[in-house]
Amino acid sequence: MSVVSTHQDVEALTFSIVSELAAPPARVWQVWADVRQLERWWGPPTWPATFVTHDLTVGSRTHYFMTGPDGERAHGWWHILSVEEPVAVEFEDGFADETGAPDESMPTTRARVELTAIPQGTRMSLTTRFADAQQMAQLVEMGMVEGITGAMSQIDALVTQDAHTPA
Amino acid sequence: MRVTYNHMVVDWIGQDEADQIFAALADATRRDILTRVLRQEASVSRLAERYPMSFAAVQKHVAVLERATLVTKERRGREQIVRGDVGTIQAAARLLDEYEEIWRGRIGRIEDLLAEPLPGDVS
Repeated sequence: MSVVSTHQDVEALTFSIVSELAAPPARVWQVWADVRQLERWWGPPTWPATFVTHDLTVGSRTHYFMTGPDGERAHGWWHILSVEEPVAVEFEDGFADETGAPDESMPTTRARVELTAIPQGTRMSLTTRFADAQQMAQLVEMGMVEGITGAMSQIDALVTQDAHTPA
Repeated sequence: MRVTYNHMVVDWIGQDEADQIFAALADATRRDILTRVLRQEASVSRLAERYPMSFAAVQKHVAVLERATLVTKERRGREQIVRGDVGTIQAAARLLDEYEEIWRGRIGRIEDLLAEPLPGDVS
C-alpha cells in the first residue's frame, strides 16, 4: 500500500493523506498535468471523469464531469491557485453546472498537493481544506439529507426499471 | 462526487433504520425542518411560525423525524428545542472518512498508472 499516513482534523476542517509512489516527481506531476492520465484516476471506475478543459497554470479553470452508470453527469471545476512544477500545485475544487460554471450554492474545498523526491520515488502529500465551517455544515447536509433523498431516487429508479422491463 | 456520498450514507445505516429515515424524508416539510435544525437548533413554536400549518401539524412532523433519530427534542423551560441529531462534528468526521476513501481509491489508481510503461508517445 502506497498510502503511508492520513490525518483528519475535524476542528481545522482538513484532511491530509501522504503516499509514496514508485516514480520520480516529474513523472508523478504528469498524472496531474496530463488530462488523459488525470482521467484515468480522478473518478472511481463506476464514475469515470472526463476533463473538458484542464491546464495547470495559475488562474486557469478546469471543467470536468463524471459519468455514472446510468449516464448521469456530475460536473465539477477546479480553479488553479498556484503551480510550482514539479513540486506543488494548489487548487479550489467545487461543483459546477453543465457548462462548467461554478455552482455557488455548493461547497468548495481547497487542495494542496506537494511532491517530494525520496529514494523510492516521490512522496505525495495532499491536504484538503474545507473553506469554512458553514460550508462544512452544508456538505454534511448534502451527505445526510440530499444524499439520502438521492439514494431514495436511485432506489425508485431501480424499482421503476424493474417494472418497465420489456416483456 | 455527490453520488458517492449517497452510497456511503446507505452503507452507514441499517436497512430498518434506512426505511424509517426514507419515510421521514419523503416529505418536503420534514426535509426542510431537518435542514434547518441541522444548521441551527430551533424551538417547535419557532419552526411552526415558518410553515403554513398548525403548531400541532409541525409537532407531528418533528415527531416523525425524532422517531427516525434524525432529530432530538429537548424541553427547555416552556419550549421544546429541536436539534439535528447528527452532531456536525460527528458528521464532519464521517465526511472526512469519505474523503479518505475517495483519496485512497485515487492514489491506488495513480499507483497502477505509474506501474504501466509510459503512455506511448502517440502524438
